Amino acid sequence: MLDLQKYSCLGAALRDALDRYSGETCLIEADRDREKTRLTYSDFKEISLPLARALEDADLDAGNRAAILMTNQSKWLISAYAIFYSGGVLVPLDYKLTAAEQLQLLEHSKAKVLVVEYYLWLAITQSPEFRNIKTKLVLVTEAPLGADLAGGFRWEDFKRKGAPDFVMRQPDDVACIVYSSGTGGRPKGCVLTHENYLEQCRALTAWYPFWPGVRYLSILPTNHAIDFMVGFIGPFVCGACVVHLRTLRPEFVRDAFVRYRITYVALVPMIVKNLERGLRAKFDELPPWKRALLHAQITANRVLTRRRPNVKLSRILLSGVHRGFGGELLALITGGAFLEPSTLQFFYDLGIPVVNGYGLTEAGTSLTLNDLKPFRADTVGKPLPGVELRILSPDAEGVGEVAARSKTVMSHYLDDPELTLETIVDGWLLTGDLGRFESGGHLQLFGRKKNMIVTEGGKNIYPEDIETAFEGLPVKEYAVFAANYIWPKKELGRETLVLVLRLDENQKLDSTLLAEISARNRRLPDFKRVAGYRIWEKDFPRTASMKIKRQTLAEEMGKSVEREAMAEL
Amino acid sequence: MPTAEQTLNEILTLAAAHFKVPREKLSPDEDFFKTLGIDSLQTLDLLTKLENHFHVELPDYELQGVSDFRTLAGKIQARL
Repeated sequence: MLDLQKYSCLGAALRDALDRYSGETCLIEADRDREKTRLTYSDFKEISLPLARALEDADLDAGNRAAILMTNQSKWLISAYAIFYSGGVLVPLDYKLTAAEQLQLLEHSKAKVLVVEYYLWLAITQSPEFRNIKTKLVLVTEAPLGADLAGGFRWEDFKRKGAPDFVMRQPDDVACIVYSSGTGGRPKGCVLTHENYLEQCRALTAWYPFWPGVRYLSILPTNHAIDFMVGFIGPFVCGACVVHLRTLRPEFVRDAFVRYRITYVALVPMIVKNLERGLRAKFDELPPWKRALLHAQITANRVLTRRRPNVKLSRILLSGVHRGFGGELLALITGGAFLEPSTLQFFYDLGIPVVNGYGLTEAGTSLTLNDLKPFRADTVGKPLPGVELRILSPDAEGVGEVAARSKTVMSHYLDDPELTLETIVDGWLLTGDLGRFESGGHLQLFGRKKNMIVTEGGKNIYPEDIETAFEGLPVKEYAVFAANYIWPKKELGRETLVLVLRLDENQKLDSTLLAEISARNRRLPDFKRVAGYRIWEKDFPRTASMKIKRQTLAEEMGKSVEREAMAEL
Repeated sequence: MPTAEQTLNEILTLAAAHFKVPREKLSPDEDFFKTLGIDSLQTLDLLTKLENHFHVELPDYELQGVSDFRTLAGKIQARL
């Protein structure tokens, strides 16, 4: 891979990567089972430079902001490179937000340029807020011929001949403005520098390197910190290949693993959990003798890989399972939300380690990662090279707020000095997450600082921790909240937990289900039990990475339901 | 080519069979996520069935924001 220490900005590193790996395949894009695009690094350069030249001619100057609003595809990365080449600041926007929210962030970021997919642009132009848009240049990809682009230009035609001037940026210059979730109406634009990204990339690839021939399946939205790093910057500076799918239908995703012999994929915990359910169901369908054989193979693999993964051995022992994933999968990467240790262990025992970590947009991509030496299902791994972590005001059990200091920590929140001062104190990023260090320097997380209760006995209880007690409950989804988090109370008093249930289609909360909830609740130590439950009629709001938007859900509930409506358990 | 109304009726019948609910429970204009209590992944499964039935292809984005059968029928009708 490139020696990233030699570079001052992402554009320069990517520029050298395109030359160094010119003959290697860098991008494959498929729609369903049809391959649409296959580009070498040299092809990538050939397509992106005329775009960079056109951006230059359109006065995208150093430090100007350019937003990208697209699903995962090759034009996302080509556009991002052209922006970096021109010295621009990239603003990756979430395509899953509403048009009004996207317009709000466009305005907040003061982006001069917007690169957008046609159907997303269509939705934006139909939004009432569209009339206030101030973006000067809009490039629309894949627009049908003759379509009215409402002042935008066709991306495919937006190119100029002649070599563009490469604009060098310094490590402290801004590379990206990334909006983090959980904004509650106040946009939190994390301003990340070139140094932030170069450091992050160096640390991640030190533990999990890419190399030419590696194929990374890009499913998480590229606007998300994880995919931006492991589905763009990381693979590119190592000469690896990124595979994009234009559909996320489960059957085509499954096919892609096999067709493209995927090496790595990053998934949100919810999808990993779904994958586990699917595999378990398949195992259950096997004839008894085959099932017994499989369990014996899994047990053997678990014993033989106790200290560290042994992919070659696992592929022999559990060849059927590995063939289903294409035969070359090294690991599933996950982060962004809590994943039950039992799920992590399930995949590890199959010889497919789930590399889980912990990070937040404010800290680049990741602060900790499981190094699998050995695998620990109960933690989020160790701090990455260059990351210092501290536990602030630890309680008797060593749990406190996690604070981080690293060259990967953002510079500030865009146009929000007050929030920046609250969040970065004396050079330490206050994460708002609660954790403690376990043996071997592994970090264990316990939940968010704000959504927690302190019992009368002085014990801190974390609702997310309690949720594992209800794992597998036959309902569509559920969450545990501190009642005071939903219905804020300023006076001191008895603090309780509430279980919020979203039932399945046609499901009724019958006596069997209620009995199961009560039984599970009773198994918890008394100070950890939920005091009541409440049925919620809507799907839980979730972020791009499928995390429950706890604050949004709590606020919605707080507004529409009285505290007294909580049924006691 | 079937009329828009015929397409809508076929979709309702197929959806009722897919989600194992009585046909009369489904109304063209109601929010199907709510009526059926389904999530977006389950909708993708139905979409695949509808595509096979009508011999059309609907990109994922066509479904974004669609939450009633009448709009869905319109998207399919436009591709017939």
